[in-house]
Amino acid sequence: MELTTIWFVLIAVLWTGYLVLEGFDFGVGMLMGLLAQDDRERRVLLNTIGPVWDANEVWLLVAGGATFAAFPEWYATLFSGFYLPLLLILLALIVRVVGIEFRSKRPDPQWRRWCDLAIITGSFVPALLWGVALANIVRGVPIDASSEYVGSLWDLLNPYALLGGLVTVSVFVVHGAFFVALKTTGPIHGRAMSFGRRSAALAGGFATAFVVWTVGRDVGVATVVLGVVVLASFVAALANALGERDGWAFAGTTVTIGALVVLLFTALFPDVMPSSLDAAWSLTTTNAAATPYTLKIMSWVAVVFTPLVLLYQGWSYWVFRRRIGVHHIPA
Amino acid sequence: MDALELARWQFGITTVYHFFFVPLTIGLSAIVAGMQTVWWRTGNERWLRLTRFFGKLFLINFAMGIATGIVQEFQFGMNWSDYSRFVGDIFGAPLAIEGLLAFFLESTFLGLWIFGWDRLKPGLHLACIWIASLGTIFSAYFILAANSFMQNPVGYRLNGDWADGTGRAELTDIGAVLTNKVLMVTFPHQIFGCFMVAGAFVAGIAVWQLVRHPDRDADAFRPAARMGAVVLIVAGLGTMISGDFQGKVMTEVQPMKMAAAEALYEDAQPAPFSVFTVGTLDGSEPILQLEVPRLLSFLAAGNFTAEVRGIDSLQAEYQQTYGPGDYRPNIPVTYWTFRMMITAGAVAMAAGALIWWVVRRNGPPRVTGRAARWLAWTGVVLPLLPLFANSFGWIFTEMGRQPWLVFGLLPTAAGVSPGTTVAEVGTSLAAFTLLYGALAIVEVRLLMTYVRKGLPDADPPEATDDEDAPLAFAY
Repeated sequence: MELTTIWFVLIAVLWTGYLVLEGFDFGVGMLMGLLAQDDRERRVLLNTIGPVWDANEVWLLVAGGATFAAFPEWYATLFSGFYLPLLLILLALIVRVVGIEFRSKRPDPQWRRWCDLAIITGSFVPALLWGVALANIVRGVPIDASSEYVGSLWDLLNPYALLGGLVTVSVFVVHGAFFVALKTTGPIHGRAMSFGRRSAALAGGFATAFVVWTVGRDVGVATVVLGVVVLASFVAALANALGERDGWAFAGTTVTIGALVVLLFTALFPDVMPSSLDAAWSLTTTNAAATPYTLKIMSWVAVVFTPLVLLYQGWSYWVFRRRIGVHHIPA
Repeated sequence: MDALELARWQFGITTVYHFFFVPLTIGLSAIVAGMQTVWWRTGNERWLRLTRFFGKLFLINFAMGIATGIVQEFQFGMNWSDYSRFVGDIFGAPLAIEGLLAFFLESTFLGLWIFGWDRLKPGLHLACIWIASLGTIFSAYFILAANSFMQNPVGYRLNGDWADGTGRAELTDIGAVLTNKVLMVTFPHQIFGCFMVAGAFVAGIAVWQLVRHPDRDADAFRPAARMGAVVLIVAGLGTMISGDFQGKVMTEVQPMKMAAAEALYEDAQPAPFSVFTVGTLDGSEPILQLEVPRLLSFLAAGNFTAEVRGIDSLQAEYQQTYGPGDYRPNIPVTYWTFRMMITAGAVAMAAGALIWWVVRRNGPPRVTGRAARWLAWTGVVLPLLPLFANSFGWIFTEMGRQPWLVFGLLPTAAGVSPGTTVAEVGTSLAAFTLLYGALAIVEVRLLMTYVRKGLPDADPPEATDDEDAPLAFAY
């Protein structure tokens, strides 16, 4: 396999890791107002992601950095072209960090309400906009001969992309609910399971429409298989949720999100950012790539350090494997 | 204002702001780890309480560092897309490596440290904060490697020219990029600068506590003040020595920056160091100035007789090399930020020595009345001095690089995103400035609340298998 293809795959892997992991963080954040009835219960929710959310967010930084290093043209066109959505994502991620980290630092109920609002909005906005952005990348956007994005904000708000946003928001909510169910005991556990089951119908509807649309745009063995995996794993997640098997339900939505990201990147390949104006102006894994020398060095770094990262990040999940309930929350 | 100017303001504001939190993160993580190590070795509970106290302040600061950090990686692409295209082959690699090597270490092991008091054995728990601290140092190294390439491009070849819109710089030698001579002197200078901030922070807060609450935990705050003062003074000496090396490298690779630091217009041999100048900085006429004869020759070249090039002759030479244009940085900014950096750092070291003197013996500090008030204020102001010295140093080094984005290769004006509009960059600049302003108020008030509270109680944590025991730490 060529180095450029390997790096395309690695960037797909980084986005998969990011959206699977931060997907449940966003889900838990959005559910702060729905699954908890008092401050203590909200703290239970927050503490299910407490030790891990920051490392989950690093996946985004590494995905961004890897895109910069391996495909500078892609990074440059994408980040300057999707200016306002990315600005909104950045602002949302900032207020979310502050909400999570500073919420318990003051006992004042009004302060905590503000932080809850920051966490909920700060989780909802990126969950929506990452879906919109990824769908737009796959669909193609107006890019001119000099690799510049020449569309407006409205070009990004097309039906396919908006549907993509609804998919990420709704699937992250279900994913987050199953995560909460897996990590908690007591009334919150029951509420999370039942909320996950009920919202799965809506998320499943959005996901089915989006998968059919995506596969329909690019019919092939790989896309059809991946589309089936996305939908089958989601059905399996729901079936396990109905059978009260929270771990398997969460594993199901994990596969759903992973397969969805892989589907999108498969539909994208070998382009990295197709132009809707002229196929000759599309950015591809070849014309957007860094030099073979840079890709080779980055490959060695990735080969040596990625397993190490997976190992210690996995260990941290193992250390904090215990379920928590309101009685675990110190006053 | 055009998009270029707005993009420059945004980069300056967001980066200087982000960098209020970075030095404390780097320095304080190691100091807190050191405090916890003392507790681990001696079992003395006051060191556990200090670990918890400064650990909490560290985390409030760290949260702001992460919150403002993501913007940094995104805005190269958002506002500086042509720059990203031009240097991506070289500049992207250290950024990606920083994420993979450093950010994962920091975030995972800090998570383990914060929440793991009752989940991990004490030695392992202690190792977590040390590993996170090491991660912050890795991070500094790789991001400075990227910056050093902008100051002194090495290990690359040019493929085409930026002016024709398709050229880019391509990496030929990663070893050269990671051992750039600018990096070799900037990295120690920066790490020492971080420890000055952290030492000043610990010494300042501890001495404020000792003066304001002499009867409360003096036996803990006194050694903390001593520890902070010693870190500040030692790191200050390290900053001075590494800064001296840095000046010589700068004179070699960016002579215009050295000339701009001194507002030295004409070549001079030997060259005097200007302590301050009142008057016109455009080279016409100084009204009042104080100079130390021959000192600049020593700072720039290591002997008291060397010639130091002036702005005018360098400008003429650069026009020969790079074509017509103005190659002078903003002289008042470089001249004054250079002086303010040195002054703030030196005053901080003096204050550190004062604090060390006051707390050098055990027992409550023997200061009363006006002296006590002054000492308390010294404690409040002290942490800000090296912090601002860091800001001034960076404003100097980045403004002194102008008009280049990558020295000698890419002018700043050629790096800005060609497609972004004034409205977009303006919106973004306004949004970040307002949000960051509001967060500054939140952050400072939280820090002050927790500083005033004093040391938390010590309940030595124990690794427990009790499924129903409350969490040792919870959001």
